[in-house]
Amino acid sequence: MTDTHADYRLSQLDQLEAESIHIFREVAAEFEKPVLMFSGGKDSIVMLRLAEKAFYPAKIPFPVLQVDTGYDFPEVLATRDSWVDRLGVRMIVASVEEAIATGVVVDDGKTSRNRLQIGTLLHAVEENGFTAAFGGGRRDEEKARAKERIYSHRDEFGQWDPKNQRPELWNLYNGRLHQGEHMRIFPISNWTELDVWDYIGREGIEIPNIYFSHQRRVFERDGMLLTESEHNPCKNGEIASERTVRFRTVGDLTMTGCVESTASTVEEIIEEVAVARVTERGATRGDDRFSEAAMEDRKKEGYF
Amino acid sequence: MDLLRFATAGSVDDGKSTLIGRLLLDSKAIFEDQLEAVEATSLSKGFDYTDLALLTDGLRSEREQGITIDVAYRYFATPNRKFIIADTPGHVQYTRNMVTGASTADLGLVLVDARQGLTEQSRRHAVILSLLRVPHLVLAVNKMDLVDFSEEIYNKIHAEFTQFATKLNIPDLQVIPISALQGDNVVTRSENMDWYSGPTLMHHLEHVHVASDRDLIDARFPVQYVVRPKSDEHHDYRGYGGQVAGGVLKPGDEVVVLPSGMTSKIAGIDLFDRELTEAYPPMSVTVRLEDDVDVSRGDMIARIRNAPKPSQDIDAMICWMTTAPLKPRQKLAIKHTTRTGRALVKDIQYRLDINTLHRDLESNELGVNEIGRVQLRTTIPLLCDPYSQNRATGSFILIDEATGATVGAGMVNSGN
Repeated sequence: MTDTHADYRLSQLDQLEAESIHIFREVAAEFEKPVLMFSGGKDSIVMLRLAEKAFYPAKIPFPVLQVDTGYDFPEVLATRDSWVDRLGVRMIVASVEEAIATGVVVDDGKTSRNRLQIGTLLHAVEENGFTAAFGGGRRDEEKARAKERIYSHRDEFGQWDPKNQRPELWNLYNGRLHQGEHMRIFPISNWTELDVWDYIGREGIEIPNIYFSHQRRVFERDGMLLTESEHNPCKNGEIASERTVRFRTVGDLTMTGCVESTASTVEEIIEEVAVARVTERGATRGDDRFSEAAMEDRKKEGYF
Repeated sequence: MDLLRFATAGSVDDGKSTLIGRLLLDSKAIFEDQLEAVEATSLSKGFDYTDLALLTDGLRSEREQGITIDVAYRYFATPNRKFIIADTPGHVQYTRNMVTGASTADLGLVLVDARQGLTEQSRRHAVILSLLRVPHLVLAVNKMDLVDFSEEIYNKIHAEFTQFATKLNIPDLQVIPISALQGDNVVTRSENMDWYSGPTLMHHLEHVHVASDRDLIDARFPVQYVVRPKSDEHHDYRGYGGQVAGGVLKPGDEVVVLPSGMTSKIAGIDLFDRELTEAYPPMSVTVRLEDDVDVSRGDMIARIRNAPKPSQDIDAMICWMTTAPLKPRQKLAIKHTTRTGRALVKDIQYRLDINTLHRDLESNELGVNEIGRVQLRTTIPLLCDPYSQNRATGSFILIDEATGATVGAGMVNSGN
């Protein structure tokens, strides 16, 4: 198949794709040991697709790392495995359960699995000697993310210092590190939720089926619809019922809410996202509700 | 749908946050939960209005101090176009952040307060946007509601700025009288300023023609990554991954690989599993050559009779970004396209006073946020074009080798 463009203009989706591929190649060329953080969610699947494009027909020249909370959706893990198999990339799983068992992180019964991911992730980065970790974060997700560079420097404790970021000029990325430091890399920083869905539709990308409308037993907590499960039982007075829902983000199932929706195709989801009046995180992520700067605070500790 | 990247400049008092808030609100890019959070914070701070600046000031310290410290990127779309706003702080001590935002912008938006007229700061913003070769500039004369929508005041500012702009390199200037607070001429035409016949700000942003701003003449392909699958299926595949920095590449083109000077022909251009008939900026593609020449990261593929001359002596404008000043004899790391080497500061010719455009020839160093003309000697030859010709092959960054920090932004005047 061939393409010609008479007017030498790229669509904005093609521009974003070109920028992301450029970032993937820079990192692969300049860092000793990159890794791609891969949750099996829509953003990290788009990332994997972009990485596939950047190096095709060669294989992706770095492994993927999944931080398994132990409370992940089985549908997401299934899609994760099918992508990893198809691309033939090496997958490392950093398990929160295991991190708790070996004392890497402490489960005091109050800290969420999402927060326990931080220590688990930092331990995996250090243990494997990764110097760069790709993440699927987007600046439109959250106001602290809107301030973050594409190359986000992390000190030897994995911390982000928002007041002392390197200026990022043109497409000239600076990947200099000292011993023990690493870089978080966000190749889809400039994409919006809608861009991600447009791209999934255009490229026919396989994503977990829980993004599409389905029946699920859910209950309401703090204004969110949460999945009833053994890890997340109903508490005082909460009543689970069967509803028609889908997920806008995926994460730890005890914290990730779904929305009522009948959108069962990518096209229908795009229509829904285009008129959504609440952000995906605001709608469905319990972890961002702790304080106004919840994301900034977690990122300072080493969250992605 | 295409994309416009624009950088905004102007201090908080000029109404920049209000303007951005309005653009986002009117294009439905602000979500209810975001607005609720901002309303709640405004209330808890005791404000009697919703402070839209809280939408863009995303960091704790920014909200504490009520000032914008760092660039924030915002996104919105209209049926015609997608927009990326680099919202840059206006204070003089954050010049480097403005340079950061302007480096990738197609358009610069400078706000002035109609009551104040042109200030030192608005001049400085225009100078930086012009130095960074941002091809389109919009001067938004804001707070027209506070000067009774006076045509006379607008005309005075318009004339003063046009006069000043003749000293700069601004290929396209649009001046628009607005009231960000009341929405005059932002998205909808103002009924209060029937004397103004130009476009609204949104209309201009949606329609300004940016496709022709790229250099489509001089083919430049910096090699980023060598793609060698070594698999059974693609045993002999050898491609060069990179982002087209200039010109149009086509299969069959006779090319030269720099700095070695070896020549070959383009055998094919791949994007994933597709073969392309041409590639142009800013496409990321993989180029295959007919001959098995030695090509590696840092090399550049160009047309045989139109190639940059490798040079180790670089004459450039530099914006210095760190507190320890730039001095002669200093050694730094330099990154230009995909090439990294070291550079020695041979001479600081002058410091530019960005308020007056005066060239201070006496100054022998550049302080933080200062811009000056500098001569560098590099360890490896750079394959550069003048920045005025190509922003991708005419730009570089300087890195402090001890701290690893990015300390300078460079724009090439010429290689010697």
